Amino acid sequence: MAFDYSAADLDRFREVQQLAYHCAEQVAAWIEPGVTERQATQKLCRCLVAEGVDDFFHVPFAWFGDRTAFRHFHTPLQFFAGSRVLQEGMPYVLDCAPVVDGYTADIGYGGKVGANPVWDRLAQDLKVYRELILREVRARRPLDEVYAAVDAQLAAHGYDNRHQVYPGRVIGHQVTRNTSRAPKGVNLFGFGLRTLQTLGRELISERLHGRSPLWADGRASRHAPTPGLWAVEPHIGFREVGIKFEELLVVTEDEAYWLDDDLPHVRRWTSLEEAAA
Amino acid sequence: MSPVTRRTVHSAGVDLAVFEQGDPAAPTVLLVHGYPDTHRVWDDVAEDLAADHHVVRYDVRGAGESSVPAGRAEYRLELLAADLFAVADAVSPDRPVHVVAHDWGSLQSWEAVTEPGAERRLASYTTMSGPCLDHMGHWIRYRLRRPTPRHLRQLLVQGAHSWYITAFHLPFLAPAGWRLGLARAWPRVLRDLEGVRPRAGHPQPTIRQDAVRGIELYRANMRPTLRNPRERHTEVPVQLITLRRDHYVSPFLSEGLERWVPRLTRRELNATHWSALLEQGPVVAGLVREFTARIESTGQPPAPGEKLVVITGAGSGIGRATALAFGEQGATVVVCDLDQVAAERTAELVTLVGGAGHAYRVDVSDGAAMDAFAQQVATEHGVPDVLVNNAGIGHSGTFLQTTEKEWQRVLDVNLWGVIHGCRAFGALMVARGRGGHIVNLASAAAYLPSKVLAAYATSKAAVLMLSDCLRAELADSGIGVSAICPGIVNTNITRTSTFSGLSASEQTAKQDRAARLYARRGFPPEKVAAEIVKAVRTGKPVVPVTVEAKLARWAGRISPGLLRRAARINAG
Ligand SMILES: NC(=O)c1ccc[n+]([C@@H]2O[C@H](COP(=O)([O-])OP(=O)(O)OC[C@H]3O[C@@H](n4cnc5c(N)ncnc54)[C@H](O)[C@@H]3O)[C@@H](O)[C@H]2O)c1
Repeated sequence: MAFDYSAADLDRFREVQQLAYHCAEQVAAWIEPGVTERQATQKLCRCLVAEGVDDFFHVPFAWFGDRTAFRHFHTPLQFFAGSRVLQEGMPYVLDCAPVVDGYTADIGYGGKVGANPVWDRLAQDLKVYRELILREVRARRPLDEVYAAVDAQLAAHGYDNRHQVYPGRVIGHQVTRNTSRAPKGVNLFGFGLRTLQTLGRELISERLHGRSPLWADGRASRHAPTPGLWAVEPHIGFREVGIKFEELLVVTEDEAYWLDDDLPHVRRWTSLEEAAA
Repeated sequence: MSPVTRRTVHSAGVDLAVFEQGDPAAPTVLLVHGYPDTHRVWDDVAEDLAADHHVVRYDVRGAGESSVPAGRAEYRLELLAADLFAVADAVSPDRPVHVVAHDWGSLQSWEAVTEPGAERRLASYTTMSGPCLDHMGHWIRYRLRRPTPRHLRQLLVQGAHSWYITAFHLPFLAPAGWRLGLARAWPRVLRDLEGVRPRAGHPQPTIRQDAVRGIELYRANMRPTLRNPRERHTEVPVQLITLRRDHYVSPFLSEGLERWVPRLTRRELNATHWSALLEQGPVVAGLVREFTARIESTGQPPAPGEKLVVITGAGSGIGRATALAFGEQGATVVVCDLDQVAAERTAELVTLVGGAGHAYRVDVSDGAAMDAFAQQVATEHGVPDVLVNNAGIGHSGTFLQTTEKEWQRVLDVNLWGVIHGCRAFGALMVARGRGGHIVNLASAAAYLPSKVLAAYATSKAAVLMLSDCLRAELADSGIGVSAICPGIVNTNITRTSTFSGLSASEQTAKQDRAARLYARRGFPPEKVAAEIVKAVRTGKPVVPVTVEAKLARWAGRISPGLLRRAARINAG
């Protein structure tokens, strides 16, 4: 499969991703102890729609406290935003996937209210994973091996792999321009109907090529990175705290790079480094 | 010897002889002696503490150089407590004092410490061999109301230890006993029953009259207080030093003490009732110094989890999880590993979860390095309360496949590593005399033979037996020994395990297979860590952790033949 996005396409993807992170930051600025997960996702939704989002790849999620590390998750239903109330010192994660004109973003935003030294440490270490994944993909290592390299780094850090709790244990999945004609705004099991249709088509066509649009640690990911756009979401946990980022990785036939470096988590690392220097 | 000055303090009808030494500007410790002693029983402790404390002792009413009250009623606890406050006010009017007491001194200090508002005058209280009579009254009532076998046994044991109290209540007998020879025989009693070497100036020349008069302490207080115990709480931080070989006060007397004393720190000392002060004065002084320093600097006693823990091979797996589990309780954890970076990471995580982590690069199979490590830990952090000999490596191979070199490597790390650890740190722990706990990581393979684990299983069986022998040896020193037998735990060990007689690529394939099997079993090292923490608390000697480890242990008992047959299966 060839890389078939124009520079203009990439700009549009970048814009949606910026928009999504912008909304997450707005919610982060508003969020405070007493807010429930459901209220947070509603706020996020309203904000995205106000910015012109017309569909969702999946419904927005919000996880508070030890739910950021998916502790005690037994059924997929537990992913949905619930009545957990945010308290002082708690970490939280916002995850949303807005679609504008078929251009999809899928982002993850980690935050905390008040002081939480464990979160600070995780947030800083997350940088290692962003660099590691890019390095490995650039070396065109099979995706299951990249996954294993992330696991090894997690073990060295003393953290847990929390993306393995996602359906299919995925650390990432492909994103394409959504061309489905299914009705917008309708969703099934938390995924937009259009998403399911597009994803279904992708699953079939990629299977024919012996590749998967999902990136996990199994046999299906034993292939070099497929050219295209990958939403990559390493989710790491330690004790009761989980954190993730999720953003688009551009993979061409001979290159790989993060679609955008002007994102909240990257800016945080930069400012931490500047403060330390 | 630091100069001692004497003054007299008047309190509730008596003149108390008070002795001071050390810098009056330093924190004041007030030492209260028991029966039939005088302030002289503290000579060693006082001398040591005087280096950095204002040390004050006094002869309690009726003893030594203090005056003698008129009658029995004058020996009541409230007057004894009033004496303590009077001395404290005289020697340190503006600053609360740290009380340290032994035996009857401890009983009467409890009276002062549990006085409402005592925390304004008393900064801390270190107590040895003397419960609060009110607490003891409740302790007895509680057990009489719930006469479980354990409670009845405790009552009987403590009752048997308290024979002399009954004797002291009989008219004539006790005073006559002291007068007719017990006072003269006292040095021999101390030597033969208490392990105290005779020394000049002790017991004090006044022992006969001290002992006879002091009987009134018992008569005036025991029965009324025990019969009608009051509810006595205290906010004063209390350090309870349990003397392991105390013939008069059983350790379980302090069970449930937290109910009355929320800020309680428990310590242990391997000593008899009197050898603590007369043979191990500097050790007692060390405990007091640690406690007063802590209260002076933070105002808070150490939390129960604040221990010093040393863990080998803590850069990964079970060792790292154990370091974190202790760290979460506020322990200082000294981590060592071959892999310096991994050890440092563990130390960092320990600090992150609320403990204090320190990392060292040490090869446990190197005896000299382990000795040096133990010395370094002792100087930089102190003698550990807990040692976890965890470093170990996996190896698979039948007896004949396993080369001499492989045998050596496995035994060097898995067995000699444990031997070196136990020797180097065990010696320090015994010498310190404050008890502790040693945990050795054995394995279910220690009792589950397998033809493909010849060297590994042999090394672990040795660790299990070593632990059994060591436990017997260290019991008298109050040091517990636990052997942990985990079973299949999902750690890095599968990736570092070696296999006899395989090429490098075959080796990697085997490692991958083992890693997948261990991952599928999915037993996390954190659960082993929790068992280790629990074993240190309960002293459980052998701890099979996973279901398979427990089953194998049972199978080995019920049908050793079955295990012998199973051992022939090629499980590699
Ligand atoms: N994982 C299991 O299934 C299992 C089962 C039974 C017993 N055990 C025992 O538990 C202990 C810990 O094992 P784990 O599973 O955590 O393994 P692990 O490999 O994850 O960790 C062992 C650590 O010990 C260190 N180490 C190895 N040799 C050393 C040496 N000579 N000096 C200092 N450090 C050294 C390693 O660097 C590593 O960090 C071992 O003694 C092992 O035999 C493990």
